[in-house]
Amino acid sequence: MAESRTRTYLGVPMYRPRVAFFEFSSCEGCQLQILNNESTLLDFLSLVEVVNFREAMTEQSEDYEIAFVEGSITRDDEIKRLKRIRKNAKTLVAMGSCACFGGVNQLKNRFRNPAGVKREVYGAHPVDSGPVRAVEDVVGVDLRIYGCPVSKDEVEKMVLHIAIGKSIVVPKYPVCMECKRNENICLFEFGEPCLGPVTRAGCDSWCPSNRAGCWGCRGPAEDVNLRQMIRIMEEHGFSEETITDRLECFGGFLSLMKPERGKGG
Amino acid sequence: MKKTCTVNIRPLTRVEGHGNIRIKIKNGKLQEAEWSVVETPRFFEAILRGKKWDNAPWITGRICGICSIGHTLASIRAVENAFGIVPDEQTRKLRLLLKHMETLQSHTLHLCFLVMPDFMNTGSVFPLIKSHGDVVLRAAKIKKLANDVCDCIGGRRLHPTRTVVGGFTMLPEKRQLHEFSERLKEITEDLMILSDLIREFTLPDFERETEFVSLKGENDYPFIGGDLVSSDGVHMKEQDYKKMTNEYIVKGSTSKWCRLSRGSFAVGALARLNNNFDFLNPAAREVAASFDLKPVNHNPFMNNIAQLVECVHVVKESVSLIDELLDSEFGEPRQEVRPRKGVGIAAVEVPRGILYHCYRFDDKGNITKCDCVIPTGQNHANIQHDLEALAEEYAAKGKDDRELELLAAMLVRAYDPCISCSVH
Ligand code: SF4
Ligand code: SF4
Ligand code: SF4
Repeated sequence: MAESRTRTYLGVPMYRPRVAFFEFSSCEGCQLQILNNESTLLDFLSLVEVVNFREAMTEQSEDYEIAFVEGSITRDDEIKRLKRIRKNAKTLVAMGSCACFGGVNQLKNRFRNPAGVKREVYGAHPVDSGPVRAVEDVVGVDLRIYGCPVSKDEVEKMVLHIAIGKSIVVPKYPVCMECKRNENICLFEFGEPCLGPVTRAGCDSWCPSNRAGCWGCRGPAEDVNLRQMIRIMEEHGFSEETITDRLECFGGFLSLMKPERGKGG
Repeated sequence: MKKTCTVNIRPLTRVEGHGNIRIKIKNGKLQEAEWSVVETPRFFEAILRGKKWDNAPWITGRICGICSIGHTLASIRAVENAFGIVPDEQTRKLRLLLKHMETLQSHTLHLCFLVMPDFMNTGSVFPLIKSHGDVVLRAAKIKKLANDVCDCIGGRRLHPTRTVVGGFTMLPEKRQLHEFSERLKEITEDLMILSDLIREFTLPDFERETEFVSLKGENDYPFIGGDLVSSDGVHMKEQDYKKMTNEYIVKGSTSKWCRLSRGSFAVGALARLNNNFDFLNPAAREVAASFDLKPVNHNPFMNNIAQLVECVHVVKESVSLIDELLDSEFGEPRQEVRPRKGVGIAAVEVPRGILYHCYRFDDKGNITKCDCVIPTGQNHANIQHDLEALAEEYAAKGKDDRELELLAAMLVRAYDPCISCSVH
């Protein structure tokens, strides 16, 4: 057992951590990203020992060191399960926008009448569902992997860094920096809105490189000036509604927006 | 021989989302068999209320990580139908190619990573990397190609970026399409080798007659839009989808259920194949024949084989689609969008079956009402009825707990359920 958990990396003995994946309210896309990078999947699996991954395996274990948690939290049974995971894990990683900020799911919090939201979908049928919360609103989080979806390269890099004990650096600068480095024509020139100037980089300007504006899925970059961003958007003729649609989409900017639309509904 | 047994699976693994199976047999008689869906709802239909039309594909794509392309395309079609936009041929072909590659990647994931462990006596694909490395690598190669094409045409393999109302934000380069065509031709061989392997598995011999619902092909095997059809003889227009699905709420389930001519119906690869067999590519029909699969087949476990047959179909068809695209001059990537008041409905065949999106817009193009009917939601009642019949049959035969547990899990898994998607 001990042998199978030690590998070498650049000649240095390396620890093979036991990792577990868990999902809460989500599309499970972030987990899927792990299975989705076929060319490096096998290398990744040699780095870690996967002991829990319901979407891919039947075996389950409570003995793990790193827990990757996907999804947002809306129900009491989810809170109970999450607390147990927190107790078991040395390192708890919030994986993806749903886990980090509530993701698209938190858009339901914008309605002042939660009963109306339920009625819209289920009529008079009773359904258990509270306001959407991020993982860190319920338990302590050690690491965050941003994105909707997360980028597989980033997940792998983080795991590698944990395994070899290297510190993890997430970019503090905005998507625009990556976009310029990729030599894209700015979308504002095509009359498209884009949150690149205020969104945390690290996705390699995934959307603008495909000529689609950024919707801020990775949340705010450090020291952003949201007011100035809104002014630039307005100057380009975008309506307040378009700006709000983008800023509120994944939940990352809520704390910088109007206080009455704060987290937790 | 054991006459009393209990099966309690919570939650079922190697499927998308959370569902439980409970079976109780006493003295050789079935007491209860229940498929319950306990996934947390995310209220997408409510979330979209008040949002502008361009949010719809971007947000509803997030209903499902596995078939995000299918959701995005259904959403786009619904918006386009509401605004009176008719996609040009180039857009239609690129969308279909993208759709085919999602089908290929999703079916391969299901067949080789989620289902295959059942036939090789392991709990996951991970041990197979050592014991059956060649199979895993072959499956990974097919999946990688499918995902690479999705990255190129859709901008991203999941939650695509280039797909928009009116067309695409950007077009692929012809050189890339050419390369994909070569790789597609190569993996036909890999699919044949996988078929040979799968032919060695013994699928449970179980049948229960049911109704199959899918799009109705006119000249081709159907994927995007068109009339709706059932194997019990129902034929309807896309706009009348509500009469085809008849959603209702069930106690103890967060997903709605559906019915049509009888207690339940099935959607998915087997339903498409049963209803549109003659439109399959000849190579796909050959593979079907080698498994003795012909319409109308009522063994739910054969959905796995129908998926394999569809893999061959989409690969062959994609090669022709790319040839046609390479032969044409590329025009503008997208058309202008002029929002207007109205209702838009779309039916799209996604990997797990027929998916419907419907939006009502005000004159500014804001959504006033949204409805999505998910394939797995349509399958739940059928899964429940199958589970009862299967448990009944095996109770009479006196199988033990372990065997029944495996069979029940395999049955539900054969539907390739996408549970969080069905609850949304
Ligand atoms: S962050 Fe996005 S991709 Fe990840 S689970 Fe949530 S909705 Fe899915
Ligand atoms: S397209 Fe967006 S990310 Fe790129 S430079 Fe312009 S504003 Fe910045
Ligand atoms: S460009 Fe913006 S929306 Fe797109 S992946 Fe990056 S942060 Fe997310």
